[in-house]
Amino acid sequence: MRTVLTADDVRRALTRIAHEIVERNQGIEGLAVVGLQRGGVWMAKELAGLLSAIDPEHDVPLGSLDVSFHRDDVGLRPIVPASVTDIAGSLDGRTIVLVDDVLFTGRTVRAALEALNEYGRPSAVQLAVLVDRGHRELPIRPDFVGKNLPTSRDELVVATADGVTIQ
Amino acid sequence: MSRLVIRGGTVLDQTGERAGDVVIENGRIAAVGEKVDTLAADTVLDAKGCNVSPGFVDLHVHLREPGKEEAETIETGSRAAALGGFTAVVAMPNTDPAHDTVSVVDFVRAQGAKAGLCEVLPSGCITVGRAGTQLAPFAELAASGVHLFTDDGNGVQDPQLMRNALEYAGPLGIVLAQHCEVAALTKGAVMHEGACCSRLGLPGWPSIAEELMVMRDIELVRLTGVPMHFLHLSTARSVQMVRAAKAEGLRITAEATPHHFTLTDEQLNGYDPVFKVNPPLRTRADIDAIKAGLADGTIDAIATDHAPHAPHTKEVPLDEAPPGMLGLETALALAISELQMPLAKVVAALSWKPAAIAGVADRHGRPIAVGEPANLTVFDPNQQWTVVPAQLASKSRNTPYAGRPVRGKVRHTILNGVAVVVNGTATR
Amino acid sequence: MKHLLAIDDLSADDIHRLLELTDHMVEINSRPIPKVPALRGKNVVSLFFEDSTRTRTSFDTAAKRLSADTMNFTVSSSSVSKGESLRDTIETIAAMGVDAFVVRHRSSGAPAMITRWTNASIINAGDGWHQHPTQALLDCYTIRTGLNRRDGFDGLHIAIVGDIRHSRVARSDVQAFAALGARVTLVAPPTLLPPSLQGWPVEVSHDLDSLLPDLDVLYLLRVQRERMDEALLPSLHEYSQLYGLTDARAARLAPHALVMHPGPMNRGVEMVADPGELPGSVILNQVTNGVAVRMAVLFWLLGSGSDLAEAS
Repeated sequence: MRTVLTADDVRRALTRIAHEIVERNQGIEGLAVVGLQRGGVWMAKELAGLLSAIDPEHDVPLGSLDVSFHRDDVGLRPIVPASVTDIAGSLDGRTIVLVDDVLFTGRTVRAALEALNEYGRPSAVQLAVLVDRGHRELPIRPDFVGKNLPTSRDELVVATADGVTIQ
Repeated sequence: MSRLVIRGGTVLDQTGERAGDVVIENGRIAAVGEKVDTLAADTVLDAKGCNVSPGFVDLHVHLREPGKEEAETIETGSRAAALGGFTAVVAMPNTDPAHDTVSVVDFVRAQGAKAGLCEVLPSGCITVGRAGTQLAPFAELAASGVHLFTDDGNGVQDPQLMRNALEYAGPLGIVLAQHCEVAALTKGAVMHEGACCSRLGLPGWPSIAEELMVMRDIELVRLTGVPMHFLHLSTARSVQMVRAAKAEGLRITAEATPHHFTLTDEQLNGYDPVFKVNPPLRTRADIDAIKAGLADGTIDAIATDHAPHAPHTKEVPLDEAPPGMLGLETALALAISELQMPLAKVVAALSWKPAAIAGVADRHGRPIAVGEPANLTVFDPNQQWTVVPAQLASKSRNTPYAGRPVRGKVRHTILNGVAVVVNGTATR
Repeated sequence: MKHLLAIDDLSADDIHRLLELTDHMVEINSRPIPKVPALRGKNVVSLFFEDSTRTRTSFDTAAKRLSADTMNFTVSSSSVSKGESLRDTIETIAAMGVDAFVVRHRSSGAPAMITRWTNASIINAGDGWHQHPTQALLDCYTIRTGLNRRDGFDGLHIAIVGDIRHSRVARSDVQAFAALGARVTLVAPPTLLPPSLQGWPVEVSHDLDSLLPDLDVLYLLRVQRERMDEALLPSLHEYSQLYGLTDARAARLAPHALVMHPGPMNRGVEMVADPGELPGSVILNQVTNGVAVRMAVLFWLLGSGSDLAEAS
């Protein structure tokens, strides 16, 4: 197992991403942050906090999304849904910042995009990930990336607030 | 006439057990001895490792013809009987039309003779149409050769009518046999009333429904002095009452089926209608009582209550399925495998004791001695085999023993001196 | 798990897992578009040999919310008596490509028989007097949320009152409530209890009044008029005197106690008070929860890959 990002690296990356989000969207009004379960939930919470710190005038709604029921491999492998999805209010007209820790094949994000449709029609969806490890199987690309990390398929990447490791 | 020799077996009859060959000529036993000259024999049947016993008699068989030939015919049922070692069977009267007229009874007897695989003894009904209201013509039927009378399928519910039936039957020398079931207590019943039916959510057939009628009929026997036979006893208390009645000298006989000394109501956990039967499978305690009853002679005979049902009729939910199981081809094996009784007692319960009850002791269940009619069963008490429904001779497949390994198999069956089963295969 | 035939096919863990899955389904049902693609392409066929519009539409809605295709057959007894055996009916329909049958039948054990004739998953929607597993699960879910007991029912006292003998709901509820740790008391006249309670994790009482203050849940069963004709009860009036939920009895319940009924209700018999006036009544919640619970069951059998997990 090797560490590719330390806790400090993670913190710095998230701070940079937060500023990029504010810059790209010219402020945080009309944004909502949604973390993908499981890995994106802690990161979404951090980002929401950082965004509020940058612009204390506005509130950024925070939610979490379980995509178990939208996966394209239903019935092919055991699926155990995580915590219940928590999205308050309609997403109509909002810009959603979808947050996940590791971007890999892109299938989870595809499922998330489909799931978001059930909550309304966002005006835009942007993707923020801590780590992009390559090996995309679908045409999905992140808007905000903490670190690009080339990996081989069978390696396991673990990302938390305490750091990112590969084993 | 041809000469048939059964060679190398151990003869087992009511006089005892002894090694010896048996020679049969002109339908009778010509010689029984240690070594018999086989040069002049036309047929030699190998009986090495086998017992040679008087042929078995089944007091309780449903041959379904006339009326339900898709389930069984007299011919296919006779073949199953012969393969099970039976040289005579009593055919139950719940056919369509029922055995309440001489013409039906003669038809059944004639069909049995035509098949020529075992002697078919038609029983008569106690009431016309088995409806329980009007007495059937006992004397007329007795004159045509019927000895056992029953409304089997139903019990006679009306005590006055049963008393009349017994009194009327007295001078005729016939035997009335009862299917003991108080119908008011078994409405809609599907299986034994107990813990199992409570859990499975099924209406139960309480033991008391049988016991109340056993009790009643014992008292009617005491009152009238006319003998009675109890069909398929299934509860411990029934056995107990019959034991006490016999101890008092009352003229009562009884039978039990192999499934009532082998299977419990737990078999119905899977809701498989093959285990639905009337009276139902009951508890381990009931099984133990029946085994004890067979061992001490309280229960005289093993009778199969062979009840074929066409496969599609058993592929319906349990409450809609007709009750009944096959029994002819598995009776000997279950008796040997399940009863902890000496072989002589097993054979007694299959052979000479039921022969006496059926009124055919003059030609079936006879001792194996020179001059006796040659109705014999040759069986290997140690042969292991597994029950495969598709291999049974019956037209139906509703055996509850599918896949069960058992011990004891009929090798040859001789009917009136003719080998109708040779090496486990029917010859016609 | 391939089938859901009876509650005792499930472990306590399985029940917890299904209830947790139900939380997800409740959330899905609250979305502006309450539909997920999880069972897309699956065919769920309802075979109701006994009609029940409410249960049938509950299952149908559940299947559609998971994007399954559905077919509904209400098989009247006359078409079966035309000679087509149950087996033929199943095999004919299964030949159209069925992933799950939802079966209601008046004969105990019919769904179990059906498992022999098809590879589809079988969900028992009520068989004779035997079991009604999804009813028990939605009852558990209702209690779980109504009394906020996500960890189990240890220490809860639940009374089931009524015709236990003929009730598939009672048999399923007894097993489910006990599996989750509740203390279950059956209250009924002796003629409406099963012949044997051997092995049942229950106590029995014939005195409802003395139990009322101690109960956390009062579960009422329907008592049918037929029982009077079968000489099991002298009259429905006498039944309601002894066992009916009157206003006086309702007042003796603890303030937090839930009042439940699987429906449909016989007003004036087991339910004398007006359920709309009872603060503890969660009867309508039971109905609402029915769709979510059935979604959880369908997903578990057809989408969760749980059978794969067992195989590996």
